[in-house]
Amino acid sequence: MATLAGALSRPTSYSGWWSWVTTVDHKRIGILYGVTAFIFFLIGGVEALIMRVQLFWPDQSIVAPQVFNQLFTMHALTMIFLGVMPLGAAFFNYVIPLMIGARDVAFPRLNAFSYWVFLAGGLMLNWGWLSGESPAAGWFAYANLTDTTYSPDGGLDFYVLGLAVLGVSSTAAALNFIVTIINMRAPGMTLMRMPLFVWMTLVTMFLVITAFPVITVGLIELGFDRFFGTNFFDTTAGGDPLLWQHLFWVFGHPEVYILILPAMGIISEVLPTFSRKPLFGYPVVVFSGLIIGFMGWMVWSHHMFTVGMGAVATTVFTLTTMAIAVPTGVKIFNWLGTMWGGAISFSTAMLFALGFISMFIVGGLSGVMHSIAPSDAQQQDTYFVVAHIHYVLFGGSFFALFSGIYYWFPKMTGRLMSEKLGKLHFWATFAAFNLTFFPMHIVGLDGMPRRVYTFSEGMGWEIGNMLSTIGAFLLAASILVFLHNLFRSLRKGERAGNDPWDGRTLEWSIPSPPPIYNFAEIPRVHGRDPHWDAKYPEGKPVPAGGSNGHEAEEPYHPIAASRRGIHLPDLSYYPVIAALGLFVACFGFVYDFGFRHVPYLAVIGLIITLIGAYGWALEPASEDSH
Amino acid sequence: MQSAPVLEKAHEAETTTGIDHRKMLIWLFLASDCMFFGSLIATYLIYYGESLVGPYPEDVFDIPVTSVSTFVLLMSSFMMVMAYNAISRGMVKSFRIWILATALMGTTFLAFQVFEFYEFSHGEPPLTPRTNLFGTTFFTLTGFHGAHVTIGIIWLLSLLGYSFRGDLRRDKGLNVDMAALYWHFVDVVWIVIFTVVYLIGVAP
Repeated sequence: MATLAGALSRPTSYSGWWSWVTTVDHKRIGILYGVTAFIFFLIGGVEALIMRVQLFWPDQSIVAPQVFNQLFTMHALTMIFLGVMPLGAAFFNYVIPLMIGARDVAFPRLNAFSYWVFLAGGLMLNWGWLSGESPAAGWFAYANLTDTTYSPDGGLDFYVLGLAVLGVSSTAAALNFIVTIINMRAPGMTLMRMPLFVWMTLVTMFLVITAFPVITVGLIELGFDRFFGTNFFDTTAGGDPLLWQHLFWVFGHPEVYILILPAMGIISEVLPTFSRKPLFGYPVVVFSGLIIGFMGWMVWSHHMFTVGMGAVATTVFTLTTMAIAVPTGVKIFNWLGTMWGGAISFSTAMLFALGFISMFIVGGLSGVMHSIAPSDAQQQDTYFVVAHIHYVLFGGSFFALFSGIYYWFPKMTGRLMSEKLGKLHFWATFAAFNLTFFPMHIVGLDGMPRRVYTFSEGMGWEIGNMLSTIGAFLLAASILVFLHNLFRSLRKGERAGNDPWDGRTLEWSIPSPPPIYNFAEIPRVHGRDPHWDAKYPEGKPVPAGGSNGHEAEEPYHPIAASRRGIHLPDLSYYPVIAALGLFVACFGFVYDFGFRHVPYLAVIGLIITLIGAYGWALEPASEDSH
Repeated sequence: MQSAPVLEKAHEAETTTGIDHRKMLIWLFLASDCMFFGSLIATYLIYYGESLVGPYPEDVFDIPVTSVSTFVLLMSSFMMVMAYNAISRGMVKSFRIWILATALMGTTFLAFQVFEFYEFSHGEPPLTPRTNLFGTTFFTLTGFHGAHVTIGIIWLLSLLGYSFRGDLRRDKGLNVDMAALYWHFVDVVWIVIFTVVYLIGVAP
C-alpha cells in the first residue's frame, strides 16, 4: 500500500478537464454540483412534461400506465434528491467558505468525494431509463408495493442502492459543512454574527446527519427483503408495512426542511441586500430556523393521517403541524419587516425572492389545511396535495434557488446576468408556475386523485388539466429563457466588479470570481454585516441606490497579489476513485444478485473503494507544498 | 515533509473552537451513527414478540456464552484506552502491544458472533434471517454491529501498520484518539444490544 501511494504522486495540473476531476476547491466543486444538478433538473422537467402531455385530455394513452408510474416516481426523486438538494449544495459549497471568511472547507477531499458519490447515485437512479427498469412505486415506495411480487424488476433495486449512495454523499457533505461552519469562521465571526444562509445551512446539515441514517435503515430493510428474502415488510410473516411508512416519513419530513431551509437562508441574504437594510430581527429569524429544524422531527405522521393511527396520535400530529407554521410565519413577517422602509431595488434576484415569499405563503396555507386531520382525509392523494407540494418546492425552493443564482452568478463568474432577460424569465416563470399549479388546487378539491395515468371524461377536470399542461410548457419555455440568459451572460455579460449589489457579507469584499485562495488575508469581523460596515463606517449616512465603487477601499481586506504564505490543499485522485468503487459495487449488487451469482462485481467495487480509502489516508503532499 | 500522510492540512493552524476538525468530524459521525443504530433497535423492538413461528429468543440465546463475548468486547475498550495513553505519552512500542490486544479482543468477539450465527442457523429448528421476524431483525441488528466491529478492527490494524512507517504521535495521537472514540462507541452500542436483545429476550 505504501509503495502504491508513493508511486501515485498527487495531480498538479490546474487546467483542463482532468483538473475538474481531481479538484478539491470548494468553488469548483460548487460549480460541478450546480451544473450537474441543473442537468438533472432539466431531466426531471422533461419527465413532468411527458406526464402533462398524457394528462392534457381525458382517456389518453400516450404513455402506458407503468411508464407513467415510472415517470412520477422518477420526477419526484430527481427533483428532490438530484435537483433541489444538490443545487442547495452548490451554494453551500461556493458561498459558505466565502461568507465565513475561510479559504476552503474543513475536508476538501471529502467534499470532492461527496460530489462524485452524488453523481454516482444520480446516475444509478436514472439507470432505469437506459435499462428499462425504473422504480415505479412512488418516491415514498410504500411497502408492500415494493416487494419482489409487485415490483419484480430491478427498478426498486436501483431505488434502494441509489438513495443509499445519495445518503452517503449527503451525510459526508453535511459532516463536512458542520465542521466548516463551526470551526472555520474568521476571527470575530461569532455564531450570532453568521450570515443567515450560513445559519440555515448549519441547521439543514444537522437535519441531514440525523435524518439520513433513518432512511438508510429503511432502505437496508427493504433491500434485505428484496435481495435476501428477509421478512421486514412481509405481511405473511407478521411484518408491518406501516413500519416502512414511519421510517420513511421520520426521514421524509425533516427532508422537507432540508429542502426549504437553505432556500429561506438565500432569501434572508437577498432581501437585506436589495432593501439596503439589515435583516429585521436577526436573532428571531435564527431561532425560528432552529425551531423549524427541531420541530421538523415532530410532525412526520401528518403524512399518514389516513392509515388509522388512532385519535391520540392524529391529534398530537395535527397540533405539532399547526405549531410549526408559527416559526415559519414569524420568518415571513421578519422578511416583510426587512423590506419595510428600505430602499428597495427590484432586481431579478429580488423579484425571485419576493416570488418565493408570496408563493411560499400560498403553499404554507394549503399546508396548514392539511394539518387538520379531517380535512386532510379529504385531500389525501388528490391533486390538492400536488398543488401544495409544488407551491412549497417550486414556488418555494426553486424560486429561492433562482434568486440565489441571479444573486451569486456575478460572484461566481465575474459577469452580470442580463436583468432584462432575467425579468422576462421571472415574470414568465411566475405566470406559468401559477397557471400550471393553481388549477391543481381546484381539480384536487374536486376529487381528482394524484398518481393516476389518466382520468375519465365528464368528471369536470378537463379544463384544469388542460391549463396545467399549457402552463407546464410555458414554464419550460421560461427555463429556456433562463438558459439563454445564462449562456449569453457567461460570454458577454457586463463585468460585475467585486460588489455589484452593494452587498453586506464577506463574499462581496473579494474579487469576482474569487481567487483560488479566496482571501489573501483572513478578514476580521466586527459585526453582522462586515462588508457593509467596512464600506459605510458608523456616522456616515447610507447612500441610496447601488454603488459599485467601493472595492478599491476595503480597509480590512488589502488584496495581496502574491499567493506566498497561503497553503492550499492539493488536488487528489482518490475521492473520485472511492466514489467510482461505490458505483461499481452497487451495480454488482443489482445485477449479480438478480441472477443469484456470486457478486464478483460488487467485490471488485468494494476493493476499488478500499484502495481509494487507503490511498486517501496515505496520500503524500505534492512536491511544492511546504 | 516526505511521504507521511497529509491529513487535510489546509487549515491546520487554528480552528474557531480550538477542537481539531477531525475530532469534531468523528463526534458528528457518531451522532449520525446513533440514529442508524437507533432505527435498527427501534425496528427490533417494534417486531419484538411479533414472530408467527419459532424459534424465539428464549429458544436460542445462551446468555453465559454471550456474556463472555460481551466481557471480552468491553475489556477491549480498556485496552484501547491503554493504547491511546501509550501513544499520547510517546511510547510507540507499548502502543503496538495495546492496539494489537484491542484488535485481538475485537476479533475474539467477532469469532463468538460467527459461532453464534452458525449455531443459530444450524439449530433445530434453525433460525435464519428468513425464518421469522425475530431472525430478520436479530441478524440485521447484530450483523450491522458486527460490521462496525470489523471496520474498527481494520482501522486498528491499519494504525498498527502505520506505526511502523509514520509518526502517530503527531497532533497528540489524534489518529488513535479518533479510532478510540469509534471503538468505544461500538462498545456502548453493544451494551444496549446485549441488554435489549439478549437479556430482555430471555426475561420471563
